[in-house]
Amino acid sequence: MEKKSLGVVKTQYFTFANPPDELKLESGARLGPVTIAYETYGELNKEKTNAVLILHALSGDAHVAGFHEGEKDPGWWDSMVGPEKAFDTNKYFVICSNILGGCAGSTGPSSINPRTNKTYCLDFPIVSIGDMVECQKRLIEYLGIKKLLTVVGGSMGGMQALAWLVKYPNKIHSAIPIATAMRHSPQQIAFDEVGRQAIMADPCWKDGDYYGGAHPAKGLAVARMIGHITYMSDASMADKFGRQKKKDSEQFKFTADFEVEGYLRYRGDNFVKRFDANSYLYITKAMDNFDATRSKPLQEVWKGLKVKVLVIAFKSDWLYPAYQSKEIIKACKFAGLEASYCEIDSTYGHDAFLLEFEEETHLVKHFLKKVFSVSQNEAKL
Amino acid sequence: MRSDIRIDHKVILDIIPPRASVLDLGCGAGELLELLVKNKEVRGQGIEIDEQAIYQCVARALNVFHGDIDTGLAEYQDGSFDYVILNQSLQQVEHFDKVFQDALRVGKKVIVGFPNFAYFKARLQLGFSGRAPVTKTLPYTWYESPNLHFFSILDFLDYCRKNDTKIERAVYLGIKRRVIFFPNLFANTGIFLVSR
Repeated sequence: MEKKSLGVVKTQYFTFANPPDELKLESGARLGPVTIAYETYGELNKEKTNAVLILHALSGDAHVAGFHEGEKDPGWWDSMVGPEKAFDTNKYFVICSNILGGCAGSTGPSSINPRTNKTYCLDFPIVSIGDMVECQKRLIEYLGIKKLLTVVGGSMGGMQALAWLVKYPNKIHSAIPIATAMRHSPQQIAFDEVGRQAIMADPCWKDGDYYGGAHPAKGLAVARMIGHITYMSDASMADKFGRQKKKDSEQFKFTADFEVEGYLRYRGDNFVKRFDANSYLYITKAMDNFDATRSKPLQEVWKGLKVKVLVIAFKSDWLYPAYQSKEIIKACKFAGLEASYCEIDSTYGHDAFLLEFEEETHLVKHFLKKVFSVSQNEAKL
Repeated sequence: MRSDIRIDHKVILDIIPPRASVLDLGCGAGELLELLVKNKEVRGQGIEIDEQAIYQCVARALNVFHGDIDTGLAEYQDGSFDYVILNQSLQQVEHFDKVFQDALRVGKKVIVGFPNFAYFKARLQLGFSGRAPVTKTLPYTWYESPNLHFFSILDFLDYCRKNDTKIERAVYLGIKRRVIFFPNLFANTGIFLVSR
């Protein structure tokens, strides 16, 4: 059954950390002012206890659901967010913000450095997943919310959910990390590094100082093509493309003969129109550097916490294999956290977290309902 | 309490005190765990291998881990739960001895429920018709059965004696009620409360 959409939505902006009160980053560097682009859906209740924070992945943005004026494609998780959907906007106040270091409205390497009045380029400081979470926390405070019902995200969004669990466990009632890891494996770092090298090998990259002229579009497109291969599975590729050839292909000229080649080129070229190459470098580095267990073993950090956790993985996801989700569960067991885990039988690979919305809806809806009722009872005490 | 509750669930419900912590291994769709949460306010956790059963558990607002019992249990520290339940699942685990000993390590007490292979109807089928038994508690044909271990109430008692496992309580069940005399012959199910 087709559920209703949110209709037309708008991005908003929140600016903070104005000098001399700059944001102190985990690296020790200071950054300010910082602007964070965000969208909200539904209504915040009087007690401000129904807020859900959605955390986007590498190439996502604040536009989760509904339509921007004049656009025909909805936000990136429209199947999950809206009236009567998993994150039911009739019940919950849903927030999503673009990450620090991004290129969809939040401060990043393509923003203007107020000190020089020029684009930051590589003068932009190295940012971490924890820094992204710090900005989200500032936004939540600005919106007057003391405690979030849940923080939820897939892939890098899941890393942010884990970072919330480590940094601010008392500010959340629950967390839903999906298709993610407590830290990248060498294989995951390797794929990111190939993407970064593709960008940096593009002559247009010019050590990141390209904003006045041509962008390193070829390099970024190749990085995205590699990404897309890792987001799919052998089975989903075979199913989608087979060895089908495109009709207009000329033989032996290295044109995109196979459907899969055409798809990857199309995806790569499209990505370049909306994404900044330097942001790609900064964000993938933040993912590679992330380690939820760095400061202390998680079981110690989480011991005695009242936070509930729902971990979701997908069987055919070889980029973030299920064993990485099981490591999160293992830490929950050690710490005695109330947790649930489901490994959804899907052939879509890593992309499944954006596609398997029926199963995800079932899990999230019931989980959130319980978290909400428990948190309401707590508030009454 | 509802009257349509399964007889083995009733027995387990009687054993577990209010507000205990409970780990249900092979919790299925979560019927027993839900009863325990609602009637005894236990802090419950389930482990279950079947994906569709996981969805049913989550719909019942239960905490459940998707995975097999063998590895799921090993990750817990000693004495993590007041009670570990292995109801109608111990006969299906690959490594019986390892799982049973791990359950005794993770739980302060363990509740075990299993079909009695020496139930008289099973004996009759095997003894007279010469075929693998199919009964109410052993409902599978030999080619469909998920059961890996076939044992009787006496077998289990021998096993506990050999491993110095303390049997704190034993309940023997027939189709509708408890069995007092000759349980190894007349009970189709045995439920035991055991500890180290």
